[in-house]
Amino acid sequence: MGTSKIKKHAEQQANPMNLEEIELEEQEAISPWKDTFKRLRKNRFAIIGFTIILFFILLGLLAPVLSSYTYEEQNLANRLHPPSEEYWLGADHIGRDIFTRIAYGARVSLQVGFFAVTGALVFGTLLGILAGYFGRWIDMLISRIFDILLAFPSILLAIAIVAILGPSLENALIAIAIVNIPIFGRLVRSKVISLREEEYIMAAKAQGMKSGRILFHHILPNSIAPIIVQATLSFGTAILEAAALGFLGLGVQPPTPEWGQMLADSRDFIQLAPWTLFAPGISIMLVVLGFNLIGDGLRDALDPKMKH
Amino acid sequence: MSEVILELQDLSTHFFTDYGEIPAVDRVSIKVHKGEVVGIVGESGCGKSVTSLSIMQLIPSPPGKIVGGEIRFKGENLALTTEKRMKKIRGNEISMIFQEPMTSLNPLFTIGNQMIEALRIHQKISKKEAKEQSINMLKRVGIPRAEQVIDEYPHQLSGGMRQRVMIAIAMSCEPEILIADEPTTALDVTIQAQILDLMRILNDEKETAILLITHDLGVVAEICERVVVMYSGQVVEEGTTREILKDPKHPYTQGLIKSLPKLHEKEQKLYSIPGTVPKPKMDRKGCRFASRCERAFDRCFQVDPELFLIEGERKSRCFLYDEKKGDGIDRAASSIRS
Repeated sequence: MGTSKIKKHAEQQANPMNLEEIELEEQEAISPWKDTFKRLRKNRFAIIGFTIILFFILLGLLAPVLSSYTYEEQNLANRLHPPSEEYWLGADHIGRDIFTRIAYGARVSLQVGFFAVTGALVFGTLLGILAGYFGRWIDMLISRIFDILLAFPSILLAIAIVAILGPSLENALIAIAIVNIPIFGRLVRSKVISLREEEYIMAAKAQGMKSGRILFHHILPNSIAPIIVQATLSFGTAILEAAALGFLGLGVQPPTPEWGQMLADSRDFIQLAPWTLFAPGISIMLVVLGFNLIGDGLRDALDPKMKH
Repeated sequence: MSEVILELQDLSTHFFTDYGEIPAVDRVSIKVHKGEVVGIVGESGCGKSVTSLSIMQLIPSPPGKIVGGEIRFKGENLALTTEKRMKKIRGNEISMIFQEPMTSLNPLFTIGNQMIEALRIHQKISKKEAKEQSINMLKRVGIPRAEQVIDEYPHQLSGGMRQRVMIAIAMSCEPEILIADEPTTALDVTIQAQILDLMRILNDEKETAILLITHDLGVVAEICERVVVMYSGQVVEEGTTREILKDPKHPYTQGLIKSLPKLHEKEQKLYSIPGTVPKPKMDRKGCRFASRCERAFDRCFQVDPELFLIEGERKSRCFLYDEKKGDGIDRAASSIRS
């Protein structure tokens, strides 16, 4: 019985190919994305983040179902009504239901976040790739534009852009997108510069691949991880910036409810009716926190070096 | 001998850095015949890799630039050809494999993805056909379970297997010449031997010429027919593998061979060439090896030696061989520098 074992061993020794076969037998192909998702699910904080965001998405979507009021319905008799069965989160200074306004406001905030981040991501990534891959004067030009944009405090720049374009939801969105472009641009540029030196990019070139293909098929997929993380974190900042613009009266125009604007409207009543401030304030905080938790979770999940 | 498919003539590639112009490759002339295996040997920084990247026109530019000479591939001067034409040649007629198999494959895509992509750059075939071809190629380079490996990611393969995949990709379009830049350096010795065997088999089967860049004289002895020894950006000696290993002419090559450990001798301290490789720089006077050479004389420090022809294709860049055959002046050295 021992001899067969020895024989087998000898065969393996004679044919090293066999050894590799045995070594790899147990493995199955796991795609990097599945792997990431698996790790993300194990991160408790990321799950909390997802839950918070999901809550606000549902709140926004189901606003008409959840509330019997409309967001502009005034009831002057119930001005600054404290939270009650009738008004779950109280009523504001002209008797509008705060819960209803928060729910509709979630739509605005999430929209602003989504479109502003998408815009910044698309343009920032494109510019970053061009600057990083082609270098020379293209890099010079694009990087200096980024530097100029970053030289302004972001909110100040956003205010300036809205002031030029005129206050509205769309313009606030555009302003926030522009403010965030250099953040994505610089991130992608630095990632592309380091990837450009990778041997597999040189190997791709040595195979006769065209620049466009190398850029979008090899470099971009490899820089997607930090882009995703930044996008999630920027989602939070974009919502915060939108709230700030709203607070200053430069965002969404009344009567459309917006959390920042709700804060601004209620700040005169902070002593008299603090609940009018709590609801929008806490909503902003929770949404931003949610996105940050997801962002942190993603960062850990997307980095293979963090594996246990 | 059969036809010459690749001929470098006085190739000079310089790097323009903050510290001035650096002649990384200085008037290098190399010939590769059809189906031949030619080795370029030399220590780090002698210009081996820059030579190979120059052939592929993949010198990072800036700072690098081919400043002179010709790269003649089947009669066409690659140094003057368009980037568009080069893209057709790369991977199709001239392929290249690199030193680090661990990082030569894109970690995000499966082996199959990358092989199919490489095939479809140069051939108009469907994905299905490309996949079949890829599986066949993987089998030919000795990868077991090719049907499964094709759906696996690079991190699931060992270094040796990855290098096999790289070779499979490089050979998939049946190139005329394969440039292998230290293909076995990152692998352990047993795998090294397997990869060299594989390269030799492919060389036999398809008559693919191989330009093997290495610093390992053992690898050279194993597989190369002819050897070019480089030092500080220049060719210092050229000959058949046998000639170079048995009877090195240039003091540098002699030093290299002397510094190899020998099997039959008692363990002793290994010989080493004193000093270090001088950094290549412009307007250097005299032989580049002179400061480390045991046999240097006055002239070596004053005049740049030519690549003297000893006999046949045997050449050495050393004044020791000047008087013996005064007529055999290599035009490579005499032409450019005025």
